[in-house]
Amino acid sequence: MVCWNSLKVVELVEGDPIKNVLYVDLTRRRYWIEERNDLFQKYIGGSGVAIKLLLEECRRGVDPLSPENPIVFAVGPLNCVFPMASKTVAMFKSPLTGNLGESHAGGRSGIALRSAGLGALVIRGASDTPIYLSIYDGKASFRDARVLWGMRSSYTVGRVIREREPKAGLRTIMRIGRAGERMVRYACVITETYRHFGRLGLGAVFGSKKLKALAIAGTNNIKVKDIKAYKELYQEIFKSEITAPALKKYHDIGTPMNVMPLNKLQALPAYNLKSASLDGAEQISGENLARNYLGRRVACGHCPVSCIHLAALREPYEKEPYFYKTTMISYDYEPIYALGSMLGITSPEGLLKLIDEVEVAGLDAMSCGVALAWATEAVEKSVVSSGPDGTIVNLRWGDYNAYIKAVEYIVEQPNEFYKALAHGVEYAATKYGGLEYALTFGGNEMPGYHTGPAAHIGYLTGARHSHLDSAGYSLDQKILASKGEPTPTSVANTLFEEEAWRQILSSLVVCFFAREIYKPEVVQKALKVVGWDLSLEDMKKIGYEILALKHEFKRREGFKADALRIPKRILETPTPFGRLDEAFIRDAVKEYFARLPRSTNQP
Amino acid sequence: MFACSRRFGSAGLGKTAILIRSAGGIERGFVVQVCRACEDPPCAAVCPTDALKLRSGGGVLLEAARCIGCRLCVDACTVDAVLWDDESDKPMICVHCGLCVQACPYGVLELSKGG
Ligand code: SF4
Ligand code: SF4
Ligand code: SF4
Repeated sequence: MVCWNSLKVVELVEGDPIKNVLYVDLTRRRYWIEERNDLFQKYIGGSGVAIKLLLEECRRGVDPLSPENPIVFAVGPLNCVFPMASKTVAMFKSPLTGNLGESHAGGRSGIALRSAGLGALVIRGASDTPIYLSIYDGKASFRDARVLWGMRSSYTVGRVIREREPKAGLRTIMRIGRAGERMVRYACVITETYRHFGRLGLGAVFGSKKLKALAIAGTNNIKVKDIKAYKELYQEIFKSEITAPALKKYHDIGTPMNVMPLNKLQALPAYNLKSASLDGAEQISGENLARNYLGRRVACGHCPVSCIHLAALREPYEKEPYFYKTTMISYDYEPIYALGSMLGITSPEGLLKLIDEVEVAGLDAMSCGVALAWATEAVEKSVVSSGPDGTIVNLRWGDYNAYIKAVEYIVEQPNEFYKALAHGVEYAATKYGGLEYALTFGGNEMPGYHTGPAAHIGYLTGARHSHLDSAGYSLDQKILASKGEPTPTSVANTLFEEEAWRQILSSLVVCFFAREIYKPEVVQKALKVVGWDLSLEDMKKIGYEILALKHEFKRREGFKADALRIPKRILETPTPFGRLDEAFIRDAVKEYFARLPRSTNQP
Repeated sequence: MFACSRRFGSAGLGKTAILIRSAGGIERGFVVQVCRACEDPPCAAVCPTDALKLRSGGGVLLEAARCIGCRLCVDACTVDAVLWDDESDKPMICVHCGLCVQACPYGVLELSKGG
């Protein structure tokens, strides 16, 4: 076991506003700033600082939808300084899993928070009437949001706030849709219309606080240690970003470039993972969408890649000839998987309409798609119609109109069945039956990769139960390419090291798509420019420590590694490695958790 | 925007003289707010202290010592190209150096005469 108690304490650059933590108390409508050098000096920023703040702010056992659950946002020293350091980390207690809630988003959020002169933002309490917060240069205002509450579309909410608030071009506007207001456990927070704090239910936590939106901006300067070294390193990083072939692909086709290779590999979950490939997948592939629907590409603030793809969907009005409505709909691999292949939808237009509906409501696309997929199979197997109130739900693979209706029901929760579904798949399947094909890991709905053992071991062990925690899907594909012979130990160790390193990336906070550019040596140089003088060894220790702290929070809130459920379905449908062996997965999970300290050494 | 700030020796967005904002929501695309180097610049005309001097080739140069921070130039510019530096409490005036042009990977910006 690794021992990592003594972390290096760095000296922050004089005048760097990152040490400022803005505390907002929604109950008393007060705010104040505290200088928390102690946190940033040791835990850098982003995930590192956020988990410390969460442990401080969130008492053991609080109801995630009560005023006592805090919301923490944190940025890091590289935001606003180096390109592709565009992200913000959000932490809270998850209303979906009951333990660690963490999600990351870009848009302009990272830039705006750092420019507002903040390193982190802590939101406590709850308002009794709907409000939104605007935060400029560290000053917060509580604004009435009663008129915005209940508005059908999250797009409209964004538009109204855009017109009421100043600082266009410098601000982030985060908001929830009706799903958040109605506390669907996997409601998301939308930022700049097309980016999301998607996973684990931050939108529901906003809703429980009657917090409709946040507008944040500022024009703080950020001082660097050595301007000459800064400019040189900036050019170096920037150049590698605009010349990297992998990033060019993200620009050209975007994340949906994965659809075809995964389908060919038989690793694309379809029909609630009854199959690992989809007939007609090319119709919803990145190539086809780019060719026939791509209307615009956009980027997060301070990113030269612009991987965000917006489809222009042109729909004729039924009654009037030559009259069209054009909607811009953002698509990515994840919604294509969850709302497309998982539901057997191969019509690009049907898929885009469904994605749009999910965006209008403000739901996490992945959890929503997996919930609908589970519900479809439950209907197929007549599990649901035998539910307590005899609910009849007409869901059929590929029928996107029915799914659009169902999204509305998840938000409105008109009956017991949809109330249960709004709690997540684990909850609904526990109530109605059908756990064998309930695709959840630690309570979180499955991401879109059935590539092999590492992907699933990653979902089980990851602190967020996300494919991005330790990228098992990528490890599987590497093993396949090299014809390697994985063992539970080798898989557990590789995933552990990857997840620990990613704690550093998400403390900076850089986009994970830039991970090949922000190698440890580059990160070390970049941190030095902004005053964090850390050795590679120091960084490694901090990464382990952050990961251990996350698990400390999880354990404290009742997470039990040995009680993790492995959905039967993943063992039935062959992966590119063939059928998965349950004992292999269990062993690897055990080995992974053995690497964490029983109780973290608090320094 | 970041390239512009870097030119002035700082990271972040406090020192940019060019602003990119959405045209009312990202779905509608973007607008670039930048000085177009007027030959007869209204910003200079309204300046009460003559802090904005005509620049050869168009546009203006800021003589910071004279500027009293009254913001009249901000209102005078028809294309909203005078941004503000909160730190010095003076306008950010584009110097037409072209660093932003070099920084754009997609050839959106161009430094040229006329147009
Ligand atoms: S690569 Fe995509 S997600 Fe990452 S910062 Fe750039 S635009 Fe945002
Ligand atoms: S700042 Fe505006 S008014 Fe002044 S020269 Fe530039 S474009 Fe013309
Ligand atoms: S802010 Fe300065 S430059 Fe602008 S008009 Fe006033 S004195 Fe002149």
